Amino acid sequence: MPQYVAFIYSEDIDWSQPDEAHQAEMAEYGAFSEAAAAIIRGGAVLYPTATATTVRVPGGKGGDVVASDGPYAETKEALTGFFILECADLDEAIAAAARIPGSWTGAVEVRPVIPRM
Amino acid sequence: MTPAERVVREEYPRILATLIRVTGDVDLAQDALQDAVVRAIETWPRDGVPDEPRAWLTVVARRCAIDRIRRDVARGGKEADAVWLLDNEAPEPVASVVRDDLLRLVFTCCHPSLALEAQVALSLRTLGGLTTPEVARALIVPEATMAKRLTRAKQKIRQARIPYRVPSDDELPQRLAGVLATVYLIFNEGYAAGSGEQAVRTPLVDEALRLGRLLHELMPDEASVSGLLALMLIHDSRRSARVSADGVAVPLAEQDRSLWDRQAAREGIELVGEALRRTPDHADPYVVQAAIAACHALAPSYPQTDWDAVISWYDVLLSVRPTPAARLGRAAAIAERDGAGPGLAAVDAIDGLDEYAWWHASRAELLARLDRADEARQASARAVALGLNDAHARFLGRDRDESRA
Repeated sequence: MPQYVAFIYSEDIDWSQPDEAHQAEMAEYGAFSEAAAAIIRGGAVLYPTATATTVRVPGGKGGDVVASDGPYAETKEALTGFFILECADLDEAIAAAARIPGSWTGAVEVRPVIPRM
Repeated sequence: MTPAERVVREEYPRILATLIRVTGDVDLAQDALQDAVVRAIETWPRDGVPDEPRAWLTVVARRCAIDRIRRDVARGGKEADAVWLLDNEAPEPVASVVRDDLLRLVFTCCHPSLALEAQVALSLRTLGGLTTPEVARALIVPEATMAKRLTRAKQKIRQARIPYRVPSDDELPQRLAGVLATVYLIFNEGYAAGSGEQAVRTPLVDEALRLGRLLHELMPDEASVSGLLALMLIHDSRRSARVSADGVAVPLAEQDRSLWDRQAAREGIELVGEALRRTPDHADPYVVQAAIAACHALAPSYPQTDWDAVISWYDVLLSVRPTPAARLGRAAAIAERDGAGPGLAAVDAIDGLDEYAWWHASRAELLARLDRADEARQASARAVALGLNDAHARFLGRDRDESRA
């Protein structure tokens, strides 16, 4: 069965310590995870973009490692987490994505996963 | 067009839709059908068009598909399943199956996860049966660009697994609205003299009408489908009167109504009646716009238009789709019924259209009628500055000269 990753773009806050305003949203994620357990194959919640590090090896493989701060989100919505979903087709994946709270507090990007060769 | 070419053109979308279902692959289906078409064009002129051309093409295309898959399998591909499908299917599906195949293809081509321009290109290519160069020419896009666009769209269908499926009842209204919007976009692209030198791009208009008829045939009970077909038919019935010999757009008020295609208009008006009977409890925007067009089609001359009816329909339209164009249309009808003064008041009462060229154009025309030449000139200049197209600007300019004379 095909898999899709649903990338969640929502408010760039620390979801490990959500303030009161975001507690309800966290509860809704819990409800979604339970309701969609049959199709969820994985996922993660991410710390805010302020904790991100960008790694490059500009000299090519084996060269000096250049790690830098960021990137910070330039928009209000940032990548805050994702689910891996197993669905028969794109319409099913869209229907599932529409039940992820991020789809109404922000946006959810659905991408098909390349099957293992 | 030779008889063979015409039959191929007529039958193309139905055969393709069935082939896509059994092979599950748009490219393979297109290639196999192309093989069959080549054979038809070679043999039919010599042997005559077969009694059942669609069955002939379907059977040959199926064989060509099997050959292509076998060649693929021999090269190490792994799509042997499809051969079984193709071998074991009844060679010619019954009419209801063909209808369902086509309907599925319609909703796939107009899937909301495809960009609008991809939906347009795919619809013309697969549902309209145009070749890629024909699609490119119709949309005035370089052929290579169009080929790339179509390839990407088909790739997305395959990779993201956009399903061949008629949406469920609860999804249907929204998805159907998307399909109709795509067909109407194709029509307007051809009709509205947007870009290019030609005032009307006839091939696109004809394709949109063909698609509209196809949708109506597939979904005869959907009022919005009847409404869209009616709207396109009535608008297009004015084709010969819309542009003067020297390429100037002729407004409705000045069109030579004897040039209107009465038969097309009548067909549209009948469809409006049918659609209205189907929707007594709600207003569908396409049906209502078609009803407005029908009022004009039924009027013996511009001054004799039933403006009360036109204004009432605009009121209905505004209740379901309050667009600037609809509000302006209503104001223009008021100007005809009650005079330029009340018309201008109605135009001025519409807020938030300062950046909208047609609002200024309407003001310019009404101000000129009220002999307020300076203000008319300013409004006219503003309309042109906001990008009113050349033909219309020329028309406005001519109006100003007359008002000064």
